[in-house]
Amino acid sequence: MSYEIVARPHQENFIAWSKDKPDVVVLSADLTNSCEVGVWRDTYPDRFFSMGMAEQNMLGVAAGMAREGLEPWLHTFSVFLYRRPLDQLQMSVAYPALPVRLVGFLPGIMTPGGVTHQAIEDIAVLRAVPNMTVLEVGDATEVESVIDVAHAIDGPVYIRQLRGEVSRIFPRDEPMVLNRARRLSTGDDISLVTSGIMTEEALRALPLITERGVSVDHLHVSTLKPFSDPQVVESVSRARRAVITMENHSIVGGLGSAVAEVMAENAVATPLRRIGIKDTYAHGASQKYLMAELGLDARSLVSAVEEALGKPLHISDEELSEARVIDVHSTAKAEAL
Amino acid sequence: MGPTDSAIDISRIHDIAAGIRRRVLDHTLNNNGGYMSQACSSAELLGCLYGGVADLPVPEAPLLPPSFPGTPAPGGVNRNTGAVFHGGRSPHHDRLVVSPAHYALVVYAALIETGRLDEDALADFNKDGSTVEMIGAEHSPGFETTTGSLAQALSQSIGIALARRTRGESGKTWVFMSDGEFQEGQTWEALQAASHYSLDSLRIIVDVNQAQCDGPMDSVMSIEPLAEKISAFGWDVHKLDGHDVEGIIAASNAQGSKPRALLCYTDPVRGLPLMQERAPVLHYLRFKSEDERARYQQAYQEMVK
Repeated sequence: MSYEIVARPHQENFIAWSKDKPDVVVLSADLTNSCEVGVWRDTYPDRFFSMGMAEQNMLGVAAGMAREGLEPWLHTFSVFLYRRPLDQLQMSVAYPALPVRLVGFLPGIMTPGGVTHQAIEDIAVLRAVPNMTVLEVGDATEVESVIDVAHAIDGPVYIRQLRGEVSRIFPRDEPMVLNRARRLSTGDDISLVTSGIMTEEALRALPLITERGVSVDHLHVSTLKPFSDPQVVESVSRARRAVITMENHSIVGGLGSAVAEVMAENAVATPLRRIGIKDTYAHGASQKYLMAELGLDARSLVSAVEEALGKPLHISDEELSEARVIDVHSTAKAEAL
Repeated sequence: MGPTDSAIDISRIHDIAAGIRRRVLDHTLNNNGGYMSQACSSAELLGCLYGGVADLPVPEAPLLPPSFPGTPAPGGVNRNTGAVFHGGRSPHHDRLVVSPAHYALVVYAALIETGRLDEDALADFNKDGSTVEMIGAEHSPGFETTTGSLAQALSQSIGIALARRTRGESGKTWVFMSDGEFQEGQTWEALQAASHYSLDSLRIIVDVNQAQCDGPMDSVMSIEPLAEKISAFGWDVHKLDGHDVEGIIAASNAQGSKPRALLCYTDPVRGLPLMQERAPVLHYLRFKSEDERARYQQAYQEMVK
């Protein structure tokens, strides 16, 4: 299985999209090229505001601009949008429900920058913040279309965004839709709910799993809040053996927790297995290394299915090894950590 | 164009200041508690701002404070703010953003004194379901941001001022601040940003009363030399006696091309010297005995003579 690899899908797309939207402004905290808005800055210099390494102030400035009718799009790494300036995010932006777009890069373990750069609890934190919409993209088509989803929301939006080399998994003419999952396969043994980069990871293992006679109902979720898509309750209700969630995030408070809430509220008694970061911090290492170490990879999905079924599926490492491994030295790599 | 010296009625500002102290003391007596020292320290500052130094339109008639409408939500739900008491927006008028939300009682008193808020509004103060909250938020009269978590208004005002500059608006953006907010790092991030963007339309007026919740600021966390620090950040700084109305007006009218800080050094017991016996802990006045209350009642009678 291989997908088209799109280099920097956000960069040119966001420039073209912004052309006829004069109220769209970009604020950046010294990670402009790293967040693929360096060319945007050079294209629209009057609409670009460099805020320096001062994120608390940046959140406030964005709030003031939004109160005046501008639509600020903040670009920096995820951790610097919600972790460092959380009070400013809540009191200056979220309480007044202002249309501020928080475009967070390097979600989860997608950075070798270590614990300081790894947003592993951002969804948990921001799901708990009233008025927030929380989105996460899983491929280049969603990178391109998430901006329309966010733009349509008259309130604050947090986006877990991807950069650099991004696979195109979903057809270009099937854009992201708010609060609507993509059903990637239909089945009734396992309900599998995945998000972000974990969808592509799951798709590596799924053909091997289904070849062995396991039917999987697979939903790709790109809206973490609100989380009221009826497809989710329908899928988890139908699963005979287990519900499995898979996320590039702590298992506390993210997709797995959201699915657990839906199951409990709907009295779905099927066992739930949450694949994700198991309430631990990570460290500086490659994405592939961390995914294996933390149990986020395709092998972890195979193991979860085996446990749910109570039998081995006999899937070899060689079969799983057709992984697309991101070359961190590729030409499409963003410029800096 | 802001108002000129001659357009501002100095004696009226003194009347407003006296009215602020009187109303806050009256309220404190009736409710056995209030932010009294903030009224004593900032009465002339708010008197100046609402008395013409900030060029704010005045509503045709004093407005009634609305009931709490519910929290804001996406889609523009409940997004109206207490800025309506500042007379509405226009490109050439000033804006006034109140940062230290703990001054709410004092702000409400100033709004009443200047015909913006209904005379009886303080009856709603800290009452369930009211917008006349103890710690003001953006739905409260005179507020347009939610800054009970202090030091967040300056950054938001920079965003407001930048957006106004983008639209070519001539009005200034004023921020009323307290000196305690200069202990927060965000304030210095904001000062740095205003200077970087040469925001000469931005003005802060600071009640430097040198007191905070735990006591005198120099015993809690020193911020001095404040004028030198802000000046080093690229601002025009005017160090003033915060009870000198003429001085405040002159500093607001002075020429300058940088963001401007009016550091108004104030006396937290000005106009109510009786409170000096409680020094240095002046953050909130709650009477310890009926005898003490009676002495403040006597002071009130002196004020209304």
